[in-house]
Amino acid sequence: MIGSATEQGVELQSYYGRPVVKEPVWKPEVPVYFFTGGIAGGCAVLHGLARLARNDPLARSSLYVGTAMELVSPALLISDLGRPERFLNMLRMFKVTSPMSVGSWILVVSGGASTTAAALELLGILKPLKSAAEAVSFAAGPPLATYTGALLANTAIPVWSEARGELPILFGASAAASAGAANVLFTPPGAAAPARRAAVVGSALELGIVQAMELRLGFVGEVYKHGEAGKYAKLSKRLVAAGAGLLALGGRRSRTAAVTGAGLILAGELALRWSIYKAGFQSARDPKYTVVPQKARKAARTAPDRPRT
Amino acid sequence: MEPKPRVGFFTDTSVCIGCKACEVACKEWNLLPPDGLEWTGHSYDNTGELNANSWRHVAFVEQDKPLKLDGEVATADGGPAPMRWLMESDVCKHCTHAGCLDACPTGALFRTEFGTVVVQEDVCNGCGYCVPACPFGVIDKRDLPRSEHDAPLALPLLGRKEDGRVWKCTLCYDRLKGGHEPACAKACPTDSIQFGELDELRERAHARLGKLTTQGWNGAQLYGADPGDGVGGFGAFFLLLDEPEVYGLPPDPVVPTKHLPQLWKTTALAATAMLVGLAACFGGRA
Repeated sequence: MIGSATEQGVELQSYYGRPVVKEPVWKPEVPVYFFTGGIAGGCAVLHGLARLARNDPLARSSLYVGTAMELVSPALLISDLGRPERFLNMLRMFKVTSPMSVGSWILVVSGGASTTAAALELLGILKPLKSAAEAVSFAAGPPLATYTGALLANTAIPVWSEARGELPILFGASAAASAGAANVLFTPPGAAAPARRAAVVGSALELGIVQAMELRLGFVGEVYKHGEAGKYAKLSKRLVAAGAGLLALGGRRSRTAAVTGAGLILAGELALRWSIYKAGFQSARDPKYTVVPQKARKAARTAPDRPRT
Repeated sequence: MEPKPRVGFFTDTSVCIGCKACEVACKEWNLLPPDGLEWTGHSYDNTGELNANSWRHVAFVEQDKPLKLDGEVATADGGPAPMRWLMESDVCKHCTHAGCLDACPTGALFRTEFGTVVVQEDVCNGCGYCVPACPFGVIDKRDLPRSEHDAPLALPLLGRKEDGRVWKCTLCYDRLKGGHEPACAKACPTDSIQFGELDELRERAHARLGKLTTQGWNGAQLYGADPGDGVGGFGAFFLLLDEPEVYGLPPDPVVPTKHLPQLWKTTALAATAMLVGLAACFGGRA
């Protein structure tokens, strides 16, 4: 036993300061995928809505941007595998107890549908099949953008697990903001109003949810104040706030303001995913984040009825 | 597969002498690669942790505490301060509700006919999700560094890696199939590691705890013997002489999937909110 410290009134003991839980073994491909998958999911929804609203320029740009992201995403995930040649094993079964399994199926369905729709749009053939593919892609978009929050929360990493009430919602807001921003870049300004609103409102919500999450996490959430997670969390907030402000104030009149604002939002949302990814490593590395909440939980459960021996 | 009675380990740390025969027997039987020679400076522990290549790990804890609450007190150099040296052979817990098993997307992790949790190495694709899903930090990826043969980011299918899968204790599945006890239990010279049917081991452990408590052993407690705990009880449980965290074990482990039903509801809510929110962005004039 090395190192005793009092945290939250609980005497902290640890085994030579060694971690209790393992750090994730995911490489940077994974947080980048959270970003690209979010854009893909958001674009699928924007595309469907733009079709319904007969906003053809936005429908086209969201289809192509979304499909590009749908193609990049599985490449990133396969690259992260320890055995990339076995990527098809992801589809050996469907397990509702595994967000990774559920997510793999969502990505396959969503990617297949979006790619089909984009190819048929380019070729200008098979209208009914294209509409069906668009409908499937539209339905798969929101799950694609949000399941990654559940993926992180369903672990033993304290800062992810304890944020299970916020992460899916946070990822949804971040996806809406980044998909909106990406479409601002590629849509003629006259048709880009819904994308601008998505970017601005999504950014505002994302900033609010992050703030609420950090407050509620308290002790466990302090990793967002330190190290690389802290650095990127702060950077993300500044980039997103600046980008959303610029886009809201000048995005309608000035193309330069719109493009700069959208670029800042995209960079900020990528930084957000990176900070959440890094927070998991920091949270696992220091045993106090695992031990202190568990000690407190155990004490609260045993204290009322029987005296502690 | 015909179901068999559930088996496991009862590791009684009060008789562990820290010989590490379990670590060696495990390495030899399971042909585990070397972990490197690193002097940690942490008592006699140079293994450090359970990982892909160490499936038994003996923890050494030096304490200024008496071994017994009354009666005999060992001291260093005949000085007045009491001292004791705790040793504990850690292993995969083979949880009743196993986080790694629930998280595995490929079905590589499965529950055997003996009630143990095992990785099928011909199925595992190295996604790594089980690693942070384990509340005990047991399962780990055997990862060899990227080489020049690995493909760049965009060409993953051309990459070549020598392992990249996850590994952990199998409770010597191959030996069980042949009717033998696991290598670590076989090698343990003091019966600190006891192998057997889980129900019987739990009875034995409660009896042993009763005896140690009567004799006034400081801090004696069972860890993982309660089927009502956050992982439904361990298949491999322990008798400890101090709080679990002193040995690097989580004091109140809970399987992550316990919260998953609620988490899926939150996710469905998030997805719906995203859809409605984006639809609202299409209202009004451009």
